[in-house]
Amino acid sequence: MTELQAESARERVVEPLSVPRLDKKPQRSRSLDLLIALAAFTVLAALPFLFSSKALLDFVIRCSAFGLFATSLNLLVGYTGMISFGHGMFFGLGAYGFALIMQRTGLPIPVAFICTLLFTTVVASVIGAICVRLKEIYFAFVTLAFQMLIHSVILSWVSLTGGDQGLRGGIPRPVFLGVDLSNYVHLYIASCALLVIGLMLMRQIAQSPFGYTLRMIRDNAVRASFIGIDVWRAKLTIFVLAALFASTGGMIMSLFVSGAYPEFAFWTISGEGIFINMLGGVTTFLGPIVGTVLLLILNDTVTRLTEYYGIVLGIVILFFAIGLRKGLMDFAVEWYQARRDAHGPGTMTRPRGGSGNSTEVAG
Amino acid sequence: MDLDALTGCLASSACLVTQGTSGFIIGMLLFLVAVGLTLIFGVLKVVNFTHGAFYMFGAYFAMTTYQLSGSFALAMLCGAAGTAILGLVFERVFMSRVYGGDVLMQLLVCYAFVLIFDDVVRLFWGPEFKAMGMPTAFQVPPLFIVGGVVPPYYLLLIGVALGVAAILGLGLASTRIGKVIRAAAHNPSMVSALGINTGLIYGSVFALGGSLAGLAGALAAPVRSLTPGMGFSVLIESFIVTVIGGMGSILGALIGALLIGLIRSFGSLGFPLFTDGLMYLFMVIVLVARPTGLFGKEVA
Repeated sequence: MTELQAESARERVVEPLSVPRLDKKPQRSRSLDLLIALAAFTVLAALPFLFSSKALLDFVIRCSAFGLFATSLNLLVGYTGMISFGHGMFFGLGAYGFALIMQRTGLPIPVAFICTLLFTTVVASVIGAICVRLKEIYFAFVTLAFQMLIHSVILSWVSLTGGDQGLRGGIPRPVFLGVDLSNYVHLYIASCALLVIGLMLMRQIAQSPFGYTLRMIRDNAVRASFIGIDVWRAKLTIFVLAALFASTGGMIMSLFVSGAYPEFAFWTISGEGIFINMLGGVTTFLGPIVGTVLLLILNDTVTRLTEYYGIVLGIVILFFAIGLRKGLMDFAVEWYQARRDAHGPGTMTRPRGGSGNSTEVAG
Repeated sequence: MDLDALTGCLASSACLVTQGTSGFIIGMLLFLVAVGLTLIFGVLKVVNFTHGAFYMFGAYFAMTTYQLSGSFALAMLCGAAGTAILGLVFERVFMSRVYGGDVLMQLLVCYAFVLIFDDVVRLFWGPEFKAMGMPTAFQVPPLFIVGGVVPPYYLLLIGVALGVAAILGLGLASTRIGKVIRAAAHNPSMVSALGINTGLIYGSVFALGGSLAGLAGALAAPVRSLTPGMGFSVLIESFIVTVIGGMGSILGALIGALLIGLIRSFGSLGFPLFTDGLMYLFMVIVLVARPTGLFGKEVA
């Protein structure tokens, strides 16, 4: 074990760090991000008026839920190098927390939303405080163990959660400031808004100095701690932040299915999250969103064709993991860079990080 | 919570024996699975996330062999040998491609195979619960030891597991093959430079680990119900065992498995709804106190 670690540590030392270029660029990219976000939201919000298909809206709502979840996982996996295999627990917690608060208290939806986030913060801080100290594979499995703990609590605490039947009885949706989430279009717009706002916030985190600290921890945690960064605190912070976005995804899901089911907290959700990241690519910010769309399309097609969904999905995963070894967005970025390098010889010398905005390489 | 039941049990020797044995067999089955996991991790440096599937295949192989041949011994053998072959093929064809790389890739390949293996079992044996039934040789009245009830099959189970522990411990410590395996765990490129086929060692260690899980599944088949996905909870538990005992330590796996077994059997009396929770709580306490596990080596 020590030998292997020493070897990988040696490899990492020679790897050049991607130093953030703190010139005028961040300001410009921030307004560009905002523009892209606004444009994306406008397009999404126009969909129900252009197409009357409910299946399309369903699809976008599910994409919002899983997209937030998968992108938040990428903050851990791609940016910080923490491979959490239990991230799905926060998806489940969000769904159950929100549904329970709405059923039991009848608070206005935004208040219940905030309460669920607070609840997630507390749980994530406790679990994170225990887990983030651990090395890669230990971290992966201890987070998985916590996920299974939460799953087993949900299954056994029947009086609160409904056990393996799931939380039934629907979620009451009092109208708040004219927003009526029992109206399908309102629910759709709200999900899109949450998705776009969530992505914007995560983008801000990823591009902030804190985001670059995370990349540094991923590349060389020892060096980061030597220059005075509290690695444990930074890891815990991003663990909790990522949990909040995953929990938001869970809340969208609970509104979409009008309840919460133990599968939301099952380990396969975390596995899917990891696979989505792999499918889309962890080196780009939008990779997980692309992965989400692909996985959901794959999901819907395969479940329609065969009941042996696992075999098909497994083979697709193997194709990506062993065959391609990269996600689709990674390919897109490489293709784009290769093409640009071929056209403009001067761009060859530019640092890897400066290759454009939405497709910027994270490390 | 039912603390009276727990204190009542601790006061009566009959209950102590009954619960103690049931804890012991849970622990022994877990030990067989966990020791394979820890062995594979120690030598190959990968956590075999599909290990639960080997346990599952062991149980199904044993059930089918027993139904076809009626021989219990042959069923155990097939459970272990079938999973050994499966392990060898799986390691050589797939896992060997993702060594030394990212943990992410290893997890993904394993995740893919967990999905595939569960569906393969569903395809061949059907999705419903199956039972192998207690072999006729063991359908005898239970023994009464100081008033506690002990089915004879449990004694066989405990005997086999302790035997495996002894053979593994001695084999790794003092035989030539054991030394080669330990050397390969320590420095594979040096072992390879000395003219030893490390690929073969990796394959055999994986096969050995898989067959131990298969043996555990086969031994568990008469006393547990069989279902696709049955391996996953065993995987999580045996992972908790290796975390408690320390990754790569056989003694640690034994002690960790026994502790978990006893926590489960006595915990189910005192805290029937929180039995799983107790296990995790114990793991957390160990992790906070000793991050490398009870018997894990300190990492420099």
